[in-house]
Amino acid sequence: MGTKIEDVTKDSGYKFGWNDPDFKAVNEPVKGLSKDVVLGISELKDEPAWMRDFRLKAYNHWLERPMPTGFWGGNIQNYDLDFDDIYYYVKPVAEQGKTWDDVPAEIKRTFDKLGIPEAERKFLSGVEAQYDSEVVYHNIREDLKKQGVIFMDTDSALREHPDLFREYFGTIIPPNDNKFASLNSAVWSGGSFIYVPKGVKVEMPLQAYFRINTENMGQFERTLIIADEGSDIHYVEGCTAPTYSSDSLHSAVVEIIVKKGAHVRYTTIQNWSDNVFNLVTKRMAVYGEAVGEWVDGNLGSKLTMKYPSTYLLEPGAHGEILSLAMAGPGQHQDAGGKCIHAAPYTTSVINSKSVSKGSGRTSYRGQLKVYPGAKGVKATVRCDALLLDEESRSDTYPLMDIDEQHVTIGHEASVSKLGEDQLFYLMSRGMDEAEAAKMIVNGFVEPIVKELPMEYAVELNRLIELQMEGSVG
Amino acid sequence: MNNNGGSMASNNETLFRVEHLHVSVENTEILKGVDLVVNRGEVHALMGPNGSGKSTLANSIMGHPRYKVTQGKVLFNGNDVLPLTPDKRAQLGLFLAFQYPVGIPGVVMGNFMRAALKARRGEDVPVREFRKLLDETLDLLKMDPSFVRRYVNEGFSGGEKKRAEVLQMAMLKPEMAVLDETDSGLDIDALKIVAEGINALRGPDLGVLVITHYQRILDYITPDKVHVLFDGRIVKSGGPELVHELEERGYDWITNPEASGAGPEAVAAGKENA
Repeated sequence: MGTKIEDVTKDSGYKFGWNDPDFKAVNEPVKGLSKDVVLGISELKDEPAWMRDFRLKAYNHWLERPMPTGFWGGNIQNYDLDFDDIYYYVKPVAEQGKTWDDVPAEIKRTFDKLGIPEAERKFLSGVEAQYDSEVVYHNIREDLKKQGVIFMDTDSALREHPDLFREYFGTIIPPNDNKFASLNSAVWSGGSFIYVPKGVKVEMPLQAYFRINTENMGQFERTLIIADEGSDIHYVEGCTAPTYSSDSLHSAVVEIIVKKGAHVRYTTIQNWSDNVFNLVTKRMAVYGEAVGEWVDGNLGSKLTMKYPSTYLLEPGAHGEILSLAMAGPGQHQDAGGKCIHAAPYTTSVINSKSVSKGSGRTSYRGQLKVYPGAKGVKATVRCDALLLDEESRSDTYPLMDIDEQHVTIGHEASVSKLGEDQLFYLMSRGMDEAEAAKMIVNGFVEPIVKELPMEYAVELNRLIELQMEGSVG
Repeated sequence: MNNNGGSMASNNETLFRVEHLHVSVENTEILKGVDLVVNRGEVHALMGPNGSGKSTLANSIMGHPRYKVTQGKVLFNGNDVLPLTPDKRAQLGLFLAFQYPVGIPGVVMGNFMRAALKARRGEDVPVREFRKLLDETLDLLKMDPSFVRRYVNEGFSGGEKKRAEVLQMAMLKPEMAVLDETDSGLDIDALKIVAEGINALRGPDLGVLVITHYQRILDYITPDKVHVLFDGRIVKSGGPELVHELEERGYDWITNPEASGAGPEAVAAGKENA
């Protein structure tokens, strides 16, 4: 009711696909990657020599490493992504805004449309907004600032907190970790830097929003979160991009340190347009009695390759990965997670849910590793896939590498098709087929969605419904 | 109590008519020409041994895609509903209480009920009105309020599933309800509660077809008419007294008249009545 068939067919279900035609970068972006481009970025940012050298070293790794064709990857080599046709640095503003009024009108309009300033007023401890290559706005509540919480873009942190920055930057994900970590390390720009002092508990989430605007954009934000002993932080990131006929690239690196007794939750609601390659490396180091959690929602993009990892390094550390993937026609969500148990009495849970429709493909790719001597480890992996039709596809690649006997490991996997009997049951109660299918899908992903703060749960359900539009019948 | 007497409400207006219905499942014909008329206000019982086609009839009436109708009609208020998808049939006021209600993980009963009620009424139901109706119905069926926060049919006991079906029937207020073995798997207390719930819904506007293998539920819900389905056809119809006859003599005297000594005329007479 109310929805006309034209609305559904015209609209692919993606409602963030607009762009800002008035936008003009303040630098003169060039396509392609070279040593000069890398040096140019460093120079423009007026970086210390160590960072320039770090970038150059990473650039050499990028050149040396082949495209991943092994276990970790969603067959990127089968796509014709042209790295020479990408802008590696697009500077949106001369200076970051301290208030939303400082942000250029056309950029602010974008974030208004995305509901960011409103969310900031209502339920966030702080917000950061990145547009193409740079953060255009960030703010954190005064009381948190007074308690010593640092939340700013990563470039500013390098300038304002150089020692803290250098102590941790690149320590969790070294620049030669994988091809795309090398790429990010060479050309990184923007991202969030967070430090939460000992014992400080940040009750409401900090949120970052990453928006791509320019066609053929490469966005390479770099995030570093340090949760000191006994602290508590929930960080949420969202991302969208305009729909273009040519490819864009998003390749982030996220490093997180969760010290003794601390708790970090990192929530992602990735909703890139379906021309974006999303190739991201995310890793957490979790120390004694600390808890590190990834809540990873992947709805958009052309190809996502992302396996958030949790390294449990001291006894009592607990890791949790909740992964949700939805792949529509032409999309491949190659997602999952890794839990590495490097200390005794560490525990972890991986729970993955994926939904495929049309020619969409989801893959669960995961690793569970237990080092020798890590006795008393308890770990469970559960992955469920739901296929909405005959064309959709799902695969499971669970890697288990257990080098210790005294451990408890559980693994369950299921693939189900949207059930005829479930549909019939709901339809016999008056719901049409599309509504019934939506209800079943929303129920299927509910165990993940219920982990989100209410506002995001509502938003995620809405996004899922948008993706479901026109998928049945 | 004693609201279970028959015929109190029939006004001889045809509400629901199955005409010469043939249904196949995976190319095997299960229903071989079923005829049945339920007037507005009447409660009919459809009995029969296992494999006679009872559940096939129930699923075909509601439009399950696995059941292929090859011939015949299902008329509801004079209109053939066979071309309609199940949701359209439900919106018109047909209801099926399932023998085996399927679980739907992650979908909360309360949300599901609200969506179903919206579909049935064709408009949103204000929260307060919905809550009131839900509370009253839960009370009627002696169900715990926490029930509405559980996932649809997930981890329900047999009795809870059946009660949930009757709960839905009570809230959606259909004009014609088919209850497919709603009594099976219930202990005697649960059976009484479910039967009382159904009796409370009886009235001049509702038609009910109670499908059952056993006469047990019919001790509590007195039907106006009773039909016996065997091998895809209704082979005997009669009044409530037929229930007791079946109780005493089993199905054999109808389904296998030679062996039980009943003449073939009895079968023929049954057919005519149908």
